Amino acid sequence: MTRKLFARCLLMLAVFFTPVAGFAAGEALPPDELVRNVTDEVLTIVRNDKAIQAGDFQKTLALVDEKILPHFNFRRMTSLAVGPGWRSASPEQQERLIAQFRILLVRTYSNALIKFRDQTIALKPLRGDSGGKTVTVNTEVRQAGAQPIPIDYSLEQTDNGWKVFDVIVTGASLVTNYRGDFTQEVNAKGVDGLIASLEAKNKSLEAGQGGK
Amino acid sequence: MKNICLAFAVLLLAAGCANAPPDDPLEPFNRSMFSFNEKLDNAVTKPAAKAYVAVTPAPVRTWVGNFFSNLQDPWIALNNLLQGKPVDAINDFMRFVFNSILGIGGLLDIASEAGLPKHDEDFGQTLGVWGVKEGPFIVLPFFGPRTLRDATALPLDVAAESPWTMPYGNPIVHDEKARYGFSGLKLVNERARLLGLERTLDEGTLDKYRYARDFYLQQRRFKVHDGNIPIEYDDFDSDESIGKDNTP
Repeated sequence: MTRKLFARCLLMLAVFFTPVAGFAAGEALPPDELVRNVTDEVLTIVRNDKAIQAGDFQKTLALVDEKILPHFNFRRMTSLAVGPGWRSASPEQQERLIAQFRILLVRTYSNALIKFRDQTIALKPLRGDSGGKTVTVNTEVRQAGAQPIPIDYSLEQTDNGWKVFDVIVTGASLVTNYRGDFTQEVNAKGVDGLIASLEAKNKSLEAGQGGK
Repeated sequence: MKNICLAFAVLLLAAGCANAPPDDPLEPFNRSMFSFNEKLDNAVTKPAAKAYVAVTPAPVRTWVGNFFSNLQDPWIALNNLLQGKPVDAINDFMRFVFNSILGIGGLLDIASEAGLPKHDEDFGQTLGVWGVKEGPFIVLPFFGPRTLRDATALPLDVAAESPWTMPYGNPIVHDEKARYGFSGLKLVNERARLLGLERTLDEGTLDKYRYARDFYLQQRRFKVHDGNIPIEYDDFDSDESIGKDNTP
């Protein structure tokens, strides 16, 4: 009897705290709140984790993978990065492209995050039409002794809540800027060539990962 | 500086006959300059920046950053004025006054804390606002990526942002060695902030020259228009339900 009651209390507690702790589960948080929650949580971890501060790359990768990536729409991102070549890719090729681009982005993100020390991130008021399907959340990375860097997130509404499909640094899109790079590759060697190049790149970096 | 100007002239002539894509007529030259700058960075600037980080505590680097940033503010103010933004110009000028006097010669950025934000303006942007076309993309030795328009504005920007480099009758710094010292410190301090960025570029792209170029150009256009350029997203995935966004 008491055990049952205890279990019920526990369940209630869990339900009660889920919206706070478990936004990775995809509740329909408004996009600006989602960005704020995720950045706050991740930065708190980065600031307090001795291993990450000391440059533990594997741990940073794991953090990005667990906390940030669930909020990204990789299919959309990959299609934007690949550009016109995306349409000619078979579903199987698309899946492989997504998988490789994901690895590339995790590493890029982790490289940026591991540098994070005493910067702060300020969220700017949501602009534009939040009733629509896509919205841009503007943030600013502030660092003493340096110009603030605007970083914006483009999000779109999906069945699993709002998902980021682009990150924009000082007006330059991290995702669409791959298009020139990737299109060149597709034109020269086809979609399979691009996949092969990405795989080779990721493999060579995986071998030397965790370095300085 | 004279040599660079000369190099331009030669280049622009050569560009006419070079067989390169229309969006980047100077590409062969740019690629070689890009790798020259990389080598220079690996050999000199990056090691210097690392050593600098190793021997200076973080607050000192912040003071140094603030100090040089403060000296830019009058030039930023003037450019905002030239771009028809007097309110921003006053903001920048107030920053300079506050930080110079109350911020101990600019070591502290108290203006930002007091709600006077730092702006990002230079003469290249002013030319852009005035309608000067950006011209071809060009990678300068030492200075890195520019548009031809921004490269033309560069000597003025450098002179105005580094008043200690004034050669004759310099009221600020009399000693020539001290001038080089200032410029060196500024360079190393800036490079120190960007340590690790080259790794991101190395690891995150297939053709880093190309990515850096497109990224630079998009950033410049954004700055010239003070951020009022919405990014248009194409939909390459129209048969997929996830990819749709333009249809409300």
